[in-house]
Amino acid sequence: MSGFTRVKKTGVCAATFSAFEADLLRSLAGQLIELLRNEVAAPETLDPLEQLLDFSGPTLVPEDPVLARLFPTAYPEDAEAAAEFRRYTESDLRNGKAAGAATIIDTLEEAGLDEQPEDGVFIDVELGPQAAVTWMRSFTDMRLAIATRLGIEEGDEERWYALPDDDPEGQVHDIYEWVGYLQETLVHAAS
Amino acid sequence: MSAPSPIELDEPVTDDLTLLATPWVTIVWNDPVNLMSYVTFVFTTYFKYSKKKAEKLMLEVHHDGRSVVSTGSREEMERDVQAMHEYGLWATMQKADTP
Repeated sequence: MSGFTRVKKTGVCAATFSAFEADLLRSLAGQLIELLRNEVAAPETLDPLEQLLDFSGPTLVPEDPVLARLFPTAYPEDAEAAAEFRRYTESDLRNGKAAGAATIIDTLEEAGLDEQPEDGVFIDVELGPQAAVTWMRSFTDMRLAIATRLGIEEGDEERWYALPDDDPEGQVHDIYEWVGYLQETLVHAAS
Repeated sequence: MSAPSPIELDEPVTDDLTLLATPWVTIVWNDPVNLMSYVTFVFTTYFKYSKKKAEKLMLEVHHDGRSVVSTGSREEMERDVQAMHEYGLWATMQKADTP
C-alpha cells in the first residue's frame, strides 16, 4: 500500500495502485454515484407537462442519513430559508459530487484498469492540481458515506480494532482508514 | 475589559441601514470524519487564507466544535456554505449577531 507523492519535476500528485486497490476505489466511486442518483432530486409527478416544467430542486432534508450529511441544512434555525437554499443548491451539489466520483473511475480506467483486472497489474495515476482537488473531495464523500453507515464517532478507533478480522464492519472500517490514508497523502502531495 | 463610563450615552438607534448591513457568518462544525490537514487545505484553497490563519480556524473547529470561517453579505455566505458542502465540510450560516 502506498499513497500519493508529489513528482518534483512536474508538480503532479502520483500514486500507484494494485489492481485490487484500483478496483476497490472504482467500486466505492460507483456506489457513491448510485447513492447520489438513488433518491430522486425533484419530487416525482405523473403529469408529463408538469414534469417538463418542474425545474425546482428538493426542499426537504434527504431521508437517507448519508445524503443528509452530504447535503447539510444551511439554516438550522430557519426552515423556510433552509428549504430555499436546498432548492437552489442540492441538485448542483449532487451532480458535482457524482461527476467527481465519475472522474475517479475514468482516470483509473484510462490508466489501464480493466473490467476484471488481473492480479499483478499496477495502475499508475497522475493528478494535476485541479484533479487532485476533485479526488480529495470525492475521498471525503466516500469517507462521510462509510462513517455515517458505520456510525463512526470521534476517537472510537479502539472499538473497530477490537473486532475480529472477519467482521464485515471491521473490514469496512479498514477501507475507511485506507481512503483516509490516500486522502492524507494526497493533501500533502498537493499542498 | 473597560471600566464603566460615567458619561450617559444615548441608546444606539437601529435604523434600516444598519439592518441591511447586518453581516452574516459561515460556520464550519466539527465532525469525526474530516482530516485536520484536509480542513486546513480547504480553508487555504477556497478562502485564500494564510496557512497560519487556516490552521487556527481548523483548530477552533476541532477543539471548540465550530468556528466562524467567513463574514459577509447573505448572498456571499450562501456561496461560501455551498462551497463548503462541495468540499464535504459541515457548514451552516446565520446572522452575525445571533448568539
